[in-house]
Amino acid sequence: MRAGNKLALILLLTPLLLWIGLLIIIPHIDMFLVSIRERVGVGKYQISLANYWTFLGEPLYLVTFARTAIMSVLATVLTLIIGFPVAFFIAKIAKGRLQSSLFLLCLVPFWVSELVRTFGWMILLRETGLISNLLQWLGLVDGPVELLYNDVAMIVGLVYTSMLFMVVPLVTTLESLDDSIIEAGYDLGGSTVSITREIIIPHAMPGIVSGSIVVFMLSLGNYLTPTMLGGKDSLWFTELIYSQFIVRFNWELGAAFGFMLLILSSAIIWLLLKLTGQTLEKTMT
Amino acid sequence: MIPSIRQPRALSLAYRAYVTLFFVYLALPLLVVSVFAFNDSLFPSLPWKGFTWAWFFGDQHPRIGVFHQEPILRALGNSGFIAFFVSLLSVAVGTSNAFLFNRYSFPLRNLLYVLMLMPLVIPGIVLGISILVFSSTMANGLEDSFGWDIGGLRPGLMLVILGQFSFITTIVTLVVSARLQKFDRSLEEAALNLGASPLTAIRTITLPFLLPALVGGFGVAFLMSFENFNTTLMLVGSDAPLTIAMFDRLKEGSTPLLNAVSLLLMLGSSALALVMISFQRKS
Repeated sequence: MRAGNKLALILLLTPLLLWIGLLIIIPHIDMFLVSIRERVGVGKYQISLANYWTFLGEPLYLVTFARTAIMSVLATVLTLIIGFPVAFFIAKIAKGRLQSSLFLLCLVPFWVSELVRTFGWMILLRETGLISNLLQWLGLVDGPVELLYNDVAMIVGLVYTSMLFMVVPLVTTLESLDDSIIEAGYDLGGSTVSITREIIIPHAMPGIVSGSIVVFMLSLGNYLTPTMLGGKDSLWFTELIYSQFIVRFNWELGAAFGFMLLILSSAIIWLLLKLTGQTLEKTMT
Repeated sequence: MIPSIRQPRALSLAYRAYVTLFFVYLALPLLVVSVFAFNDSLFPSLPWKGFTWAWFFGDQHPRIGVFHQEPILRALGNSGFIAFFVSLLSVAVGTSNAFLFNRYSFPLRNLLYVLMLMPLVIPGIVLGISILVFSSTMANGLEDSFGWDIGGLRPGLMLVILGQFSFITTIVTLVVSARLQKFDRSLEEAALNLGASPLTAIRTITLPFLLPALVGGFGVAFLMSFENFNTTLMLVGSDAPLTIAMFDRLKEGSTPLLNAVSLLLMLGSSALALVMISFQRKS
């Protein structure tokens, strides 16, 4: 039995190690190695930090990097603020059929490709779009208005795309909060504000953290929404990575960009986990 | 607040209005995409020029419908091919991972568990470029040292499958693990006591119990693969899956054809979702 157990362990470990090793760890090491080399001649390379210096020395790159980070944080906070009351409604107020159908409705956009969702926003927001026509019909504006290709449109798209990943973990954690605890809070003279702050939010913290991590990640790594909804000035860091890799064929610089994006996302997730005292294992499962 | 606590009527009405508004916000983009698939105009926008099926079945220029668009149908085929293999692979590896982490203790278990979760916190585009860089290093290395030219290591279907598999496996692992944790191991022990071999016990007792999670995991993997964009974008070769093909069209300017494709996609994935939900209910 012991020998059989050991064999089973090895058989189960092999796919895991192959997957993590060949598709995650080694590719990232290789990407790092590519990012620290510099082309000095045809097919000749030397190790140097030149690509990282290029990144630090070019304001466009740095500004785009910072903008992407800040806008992603903004999108995450907005998603949380917009989604929390809805999650609370689904978890605590709606009952029975209404509850399960509202929850299913939240999942619907997830079943639809991000491309379709973005396309929907383009139809709504563009100059000849529905909202522009509606505003003209109401007499609020004189001519067609272009609502697309700016930061607001981009944020609307980002929040829309990631809403589900905030609402679902929030509903799950809020459902486990016993109604009687909230009632006890009121009996003890708490106000709605103080009960929200001292009972509901602390209880929902694991859901808030895991939702925020996923939403932040999805916004930071998003390519489609900023490209389609954002304007000329709302360049996203992923667009820089794409253009270095595919358009300019400068893989060394592109790999360095990729690494910076990875460091940024890891740093912010680490910070969020530390600030709230959560661990990755707990929030992701 | 909760129903057992009385609130001012205006407040609870405002709350309900907010939740309603939220669902309008969720539905609106999907609704307009669907409606404009039937607009008899070359642009998916107002004015409304009348109802038509041309964007589905039309075969006359310029209104060539989805079912007569060779490139779109081919892209759909590519997507299905990719999604099928990604789901198959990730359910296999995910199930193996679930058994491993639920039942065995081994050195570095916690480290490996965290590494298993990692793909969820790596931006998709970074996963894509790292696999692109590594596979081309491998391809160049093999070509320089042995003169082998391995097409599978160049951007194309194979790399797209590997790239999507690399993070979808984590999700399937979590789905299957959640169900495996609820399994009562005494059932398996009973089978062993009755003389079943360990493999028979797993095949006849544990796997049937896991079946809803396996089907659910397959469905989720299929959908995630089908709609994946970021990782795929970096690894795609000449045979693009549907999301990439649609993206290329959208960049050139949109016609209601894209609405028609989108509507069909929505119907397809809702059908899949319904099948999965009814399957989950049954078991």
